[in-house]
Amino acid sequence: MPLWTDMFILGLVLTNFRLLATSRLAAVIQTTVLQAVFLIAIMLAMTPRPWPSLLILLSLITFVVKGALLPWLLSRAVREVKVLREIEPLVGYSASVLTGVALLGLSFLIFLPMKGAVSVGSDFLLPGALFTTLTGLLVIVSRKKALTQVVGYLVMENGVYAFGTALAVEEPLLVQMGVLLDVFVAVFIMGITVHQISREFDHIDTDRLSELKD
Amino acid sequence: MIVSLVLIPLILGVMILVLTVPAVPRKGIRRGLLMTGAVSHTVLTAIIAFSGKNTFRPGDWIGLDPQGLLFLAVTSVLFLAVAVYTTGYLSRDSQRRVKDAVEGFLFENKPETVFSACLLFFLSAMSLVCISRNMGLLWVAVEATTLASAPLISFHRHHRSLEATWKYLLICSVGIAVALLGNYFLAFADPGKAHLNLGKLIAGAALLDKTWLKAAFLLLLVGYGTKMGLAPMHTWLPDAHSEAPSMVSALLSGALLNCAFLGILRGHAVLTAAGIGWYSSELLVFFGLLSMIVSAAFMIRQADYKRMLAYSSIEHMGILALAVGIGGLAATGAMLHAVNHSLAKGMLFLVSGQLLFVYGSKEINDIRHVLKTAPLTGALWLTGILAITGAPPFGLFVSELTILKGMMEAGRWGIAAGYLIVLGIIFIAMSRAMISMVFGFPFTERSPDASSFHYREPFWFSWPVMALAAVILALGLYIPNQFWTFLGRAAALTGGM
Repeated sequence: MPLWTDMFILGLVLTNFRLLATSRLAAVIQTTVLQAVFLIAIMLAMTPRPWPSLLILLSLITFVVKGALLPWLLSRAVREVKVLREIEPLVGYSASVLTGVALLGLSFLIFLPMKGAVSVGSDFLLPGALFTTLTGLLVIVSRKKALTQVVGYLVMENGVYAFGTALAVEEPLLVQMGVLLDVFVAVFIMGITVHQISREFDHIDTDRLSELKD
Repeated sequence: MIVSLVLIPLILGVMILVLTVPAVPRKGIRRGLLMTGAVSHTVLTAIIAFSGKNTFRPGDWIGLDPQGLLFLAVTSVLFLAVAVYTTGYLSRDSQRRVKDAVEGFLFENKPETVFSACLLFFLSAMSLVCISRNMGLLWVAVEATTLASAPLISFHRHHRSLEATWKYLLICSVGIAVALLGNYFLAFADPGKAHLNLGKLIAGAALLDKTWLKAAFLLLLVGYGTKMGLAPMHTWLPDAHSEAPSMVSALLSGALLNCAFLGILRGHAVLTAAGIGWYSSELLVFFGLLSMIVSAAFMIRQADYKRMLAYSSIEHMGILALAVGIGGLAATGAMLHAVNHSLAKGMLFLVSGQLLFVYGSKEINDIRHVLKTAPLTGALWLTGILAITGAPPFGLFVSELTILKGMMEAGRWGIAAGYLIVLGIIFIAMSRAMISMVFGFPFTERSPDASSFHYREPFWFSWPVMALAAVILALGLYIPNQFWTFLGRAAALTGGM
């Protein structure tokens, strides 16, 4: 169903803008849940029914890890370190959104020559996926709080995952499972490190983590 | 058989975690298990290497080709040296409060159990990198190395090591995500559905879509290059290598960087097979040269000797990328250089750990006349620095000369000139620091007085380091024909000769 696929990709793109515009950590974490839902919806909408049982299993695992477990871990970390919002990011919110618009345009430009080169279901999937990846990167480099950076990393992984949805039906699912597992473990370990940082410094501002340099 | 290279360290690591759950200090068991892991891994690698029974079908998920075997053997030998060092290091440092070398506050280390277990997990993950014949599995293994080594870097529980760990985790995770994207692009390039299997990708390379393939290599290079420490993605490396305990730095520099390089080599092999090897070669040459120049710039006037060693790693990774990009004889030289660099850098980091213990400082200026205070440490430091800068008669001299010869054979005179100039700058920068440390007159008020403080090097430090030094020296004096042939076969996979 190309129309539905396009709608879900649009949803994914919009969540990225929400991420760039908001300062509240709770909203940032909610956005990752929304993204997980859209990712699964895109994957299912692209596959003709009846869905293979492996695909359904993969959707379920994706939802449990990306849609429930990771947001829960992150909100627990938010409660523990007692911060509610990202104050004064390195790049302001309006500037972030404007950069986001530029990145979206860039993503389309990059994949314009490749249009039709591979059958991935929708022409918007690859630009949308690249835009999500770039948004994640932008969040990592432009925000100060370690927690927001972890979310940025997650969003970046979501973008990479969206690229994978084009392959999910044909390629071995093991690679996809690997993604999920790795994201989970990575965020788990990052979460522990965030916790240690907050205990050691009484804050989680990474711009104050700047003693090591040449 | 080959799988046990991954499984044995993994199981032993879990055993360490399980056996020491009660708070009873069971150092003997823990260190015994660590040594068991290291020794059995080396023995197994040797058996596999010399039995020649490392055959695999093109579609297999795991298998050992000459490249994988080379990097696996280096990892295994280095880990054995590090394991011996670690047993002594932990008995000295893990139970006491340690004084910080830079700011002088006291701190405690992380639990030794977690540290020993993570060392074994790290070995297990790196072995998996070397034996995987599937780009997806290789990727999972590289990510596993990041996760296993992050707790190792933050062993000293203070704020600088946390900062280094955070940078390492974040930058390398982003890099690995980019590499995953590269893997997907590799799959997009493949209408025949090779499922990211290396053997099938290379066999059917002619049918792959060239545009996707080029994009895939670029992403793999940036992704794995981040982990390998190629400039400008190298920023985590000096911090992690200088803040981690010395044996962890030795493993990071000597083994982990090679493993990341293997990921790039695999991508390069696919592009070479597809007939667009010139594209990946030029990229490798560019990033290689850039890394060498950047590291040279940071090494001049570097005040911290561990950071100096870290920048030297960036330099040597640059040399490897450059040489593989040139191809031909230079690629064979690169394989030899990888071995030499790993052993020499491992040795130097272990010596730097000893310097840090004796002098309690990471500043080059605080350390004088090591030859008199701790004669063996001083002599080994002198040997190591001479070796790493490519002075004869050590192995790195031979491999760097081979690479230079390869460049000339390929007719790349401009690049050869640049390579020589940068090597010269680095030689001057490192030997200037080394001369003041080894021979300079001691400050009476700052460094331990030679007469009252005569430091005895313990055998757990001196033996592994001397063994590594002996191998580097041997590789400089004589390389058996069979080893040359083997190196040639390893290089042949990526357009060597």
